[in-house]
Amino acid sequence: MRSNIFRYALITTAAVSLSACGINSVPTAQENATAKWADVEASYQRRADLIPNLVESVKGAMKQEKDVLIGVTEARAKATSIQLSADDLSDPAKVAQFQQAQTQLGSSLGRLLATFEAYPQVKSNENVLAFQSQLEGTENRISVARRDYNEAVRNYNTTIRTFPDIIGAKIIHGAKPMTSYKATSEGAEEAPKIDMTSG
Amino acid sequence: MSSPAKFLLWLFACCFLISGSAAFGQDFPKLSGRVVDEADLLNPAEEAALTAKLEGLETQSQRQLVVATIKDLQGYDIADYGYQLGRKWGLGDKERNDGALLIIAPNARKMRIEVGYGLEATLTDALSSQIIRNDITPHFKAGDLPGGINAGVDSIVTQLQLPPDEAAKVAASASAEQARSNDHGVDASSIIFWLFIFFFFILPMISTAFRDKRHGRTGSGPVVIWGGGSSWGGSSGGSSWGGGGFSGGGGSFGGGGASGGW
Repeated sequence: MRSNIFRYALITTAAVSLSACGINSVPTAQENATAKWADVEASYQRRADLIPNLVESVKGAMKQEKDVLIGVTEARAKATSIQLSADDLSDPAKVAQFQQAQTQLGSSLGRLLATFEAYPQVKSNENVLAFQSQLEGTENRISVARRDYNEAVRNYNTTIRTFPDIIGAKIIHGAKPMTSYKATSEGAEEAPKIDMTSG
Repeated sequence: MSSPAKFLLWLFACCFLISGSAAFGQDFPKLSGRVVDEADLLNPAEEAALTAKLEGLETQSQRQLVVATIKDLQGYDIADYGYQLGRKWGLGDKERNDGALLIIAPNARKMRIEVGYGLEATLTDALSSQIIRNDITPHFKAGDLPGGINAGVDSIVTQLQLPPDEAAKVAASASAEQARSNDHGVDASSIIFWLFIFFFFILPMISTAFRDKRHGRTGSGPVVIWGGGSSWGGSSGGSSWGGGGFSGGGGSFGGGGASGGW
């Protein structure tokens, strides 16, 4: 009788713990990380979508800053041309490439916003102010999405490297670690600063 | 106990280890009500009036707006602080993510409207920024903090209020949901789960034990393995108002809104 109870207990424990061996948790963590990546891309896309209108609305008043405007447009074209699939996320080189293009766009946008300072009529334009606040919100969303993604990647990488999930990760899923999103240059984590207070 | 069994037991025990999740090192004030006046900018009468306004908004639209005055941002940018505070408090409904926060940090002279995922299209960044610039900042610059908070709340509430027909719909579905959760307390899936455990594990165990006692026989019962064991106690963190106090419904934030300073 005692051994029978023990047997049932063992079966129960086995069933629960087998499912804790990475069969479910690895794909769950992976799906979570790729979903978070989709958020990152969506917020970058949102930024890219804002730029043409912004450029359009200041172009007239800022003819002397043609170089800066062209720089932004080109950086945008380059950044939007790089898209990463879920598989690419395990490839550090591709992620780095994506990051670099986005960072470049971020800094050329920063340059454009800095030139606004010299144009009082641009700076105080209600339209431009609205764009700036949208841009600021978007940068903020990017950093939130990026942080959420890194957290999800950290979680996934920990899952596939630690016991017991490593069993399922190695044997069943053949899981590869994903690349987290790091700032490529000094200050790239920082959104371009937009001074809304002295408007 | 034979040694293979011992080994198996050991293995399963190890498999049971659950990795903890990382916690943020930040301290957030407690969600004590719809107005969390940590920095003590409002007198009780003003606080009560604001609370009534915010409560009215939730009754009308189910959307949760909270005013928080923060003493110390702990070195964080107000935007960083804001979305984490919103997530921590879980403002707004878990499905609709329709919470919003008005944060004032008087010591840093910063303010922010933090907008939940579900309200980003209603209370846009541009609009939030406009409210901050046009409605709040003038009062704050003149030193009238309560006035600024009031003006900001008024504008946000106006924006978040739903047109009457839509409001009625949302309220109806929300009260139905509330009635359902009050009726049962325990949700159906956990009842099924425990019935399952009882019939397939506990009952066979008991009956075998009885049979063994009478006949001295060692038989093996049915082997049942179920999947998805990771859902132990899964469905927590649902909406939980109606208990008298005020709490968030589990909504999430993604950095929408706008910041400003004075």
